Amino acid sequence: MKKIEAIIKPFKLEDVKDALTEAGITGMTVSDVKGYGRQQGHSELYRGAEYVVDFLPKIKIELIVANKDVDSTIHLITEASKTGKIGDGKIFVSPIEKIVRIRTGEEDEEAI
Amino acid sequence: MDANIAYVIDTFFALFAMTLIIFMVPGFAMLEAGLVRTKNVSAVLMVNTMIYAVASLAFLLVGYSVAFGDFGSDSMSKWAAFLFQMAFVGKVINIMSGGVSERAKVLPLGLFTIVMGALIYPIIVNWSWGSDMLKNTILDLNMYDLAGSTVIHSTGGWALLAAILIIGARRGRYPKEGGVRVIPASNIPLVTLGAFLLWIGWFGFNGGSIGSIASKQSADAVALTIMNTNTAGLSGAILVGLYMYFRYHKLDITMVLNGALGGLVAITAGPNLYDIYTPILIGSIGGVLVIFGVSFFDKLKLDDPVGALSVHLLNGIWGTLAVGIFASNGDNITFLGQLKGVVVVGIFAFISSFIVLYVINKLVPLRAEKDEEMQGLDVDECGLEAYPEFKRAF
Repeated sequence: MKKIEAIIKPFKLEDVKDALTEAGITGMTVSDVKGYGRQQGHSELYRGAEYVVDFLPKIKIELIVANKDVDSTIHLITEASKTGKIGDGKIFVSPIEKIVRIRTGEEDEEAI
Repeated sequence: MDANIAYVIDTFFALFAMTLIIFMVPGFAMLEAGLVRTKNVSAVLMVNTMIYAVASLAFLLVGYSVAFGDFGSDSMSKWAAFLFQMAFVGKVINIMSGGVSERAKVLPLGLFTIVMGALIYPIIVNWSWGSDMLKNTILDLNMYDLAGSTVIHSTGGWALLAAILIIGARRGRYPKEGGVRVIPASNIPLVTLGAFLLWIGWFGFNGGSIGSIASKQSADAVALTIMNTNTAGLSGAILVGLYMYFRYHKLDITMVLNGALGGLVAITAGPNLYDIYTPILIGSIGGVLVIFGVSFFDKLKLDDPVGALSVHLLNGIWGTLAVGIFASNGDNITFLGQLKGVVVVGIFAFISSFIVLYVINKLVPLRAEKDEEMQGLDVDECGLEAYPEFKRAF
């Protein structure tokens, strides 16, 4: 079992969600996040004075998949969220030790 | 017209104008709530609520008598005459309180509101619109200021300047390494709502200041006043919009709205005296002053989150002088007379506000403690944050 965290551009969320749902991924957790990578920030204008917005708004998607589905899921997210411009985001994969579904007590892969 | 009917109509007109002016209370409140950071919104709204209540009561108990001697009016109900004058008082203090947002505490501002509403502002009204205690002295004001470019807007602006000099800038606004740290507005819809409520209030502010509508002649004067008021406001907005577009290719809505308000302040001294085209010029210059003023006061490190110094102080002065330049009705209006009014009222308003604020600051510090300011004034001042919920993702 792996956790896939994807940081993407906010307006790409719908596309990613549609692609994942179509592929049978049944759940995900989404949060508003801010941060920066190579894109750095950008400058805005307020009352004629420029100011730099360091932390850009992004969306973080977290989902847990069985080991066999990791590559295909990464591929789906990449394809759906790519614009080719700087700031498209990153995908992180990390191992998961245990999952419990609260309602039924099912564990691990059954609980995904 | 039958005198009784005229009395009724003018009473109704004064009450209607007063109601429009009171729309400026939520106007200032929403404008400031949108321009400050969310951690200070409850405190700013508390100050606005306090000002309306305290200033109105101070004016009822003391201020009105200081300005006009006694309750009374021949042409309308004396209570309506009082209410109309009362509607203006809070505006003077609102101009000052907005500019010290995000760092000034409510209680000392309340103390200042009492003194301003009971004495400082009524004395200025006494000299200009009221019983005129300076008559036959060298200081006697003969400026023309229909609705208070100087009497209200500059007065509030001078008080704000005194307050900023005493209280200082918001922490982190002018970093030690130089430059200016921009603190952007938190809620543009509220800024817009507030600005337009003020704009609507201005129709009562200026139109009502004609004082009567119960004759063909005064009805025309009221309508011309409101028309010219509106023209100056939209001219200020358009000029700032064009400037921002050509200079930065960005239409900063907060600046455009402040341009409108600057134009409205500038026309306030004599909207009934001009033809229907002069306000375009007066309002446009008002917009220029806002553009110039905002960066000018930043250079001087006078931190004014809402831009009130540019909108009210500079344009209050400009609007009063503009009457001396453009007014065409030969009512003994002279440029020098207007200038004298600006200077005398300015000196009095600034010095008296400075002394009062200085004393209050010694008794009850105006400025919030460092931790309080960093945390936002809402928690300590109100025990109530304006937006306490977790931000919902969708």
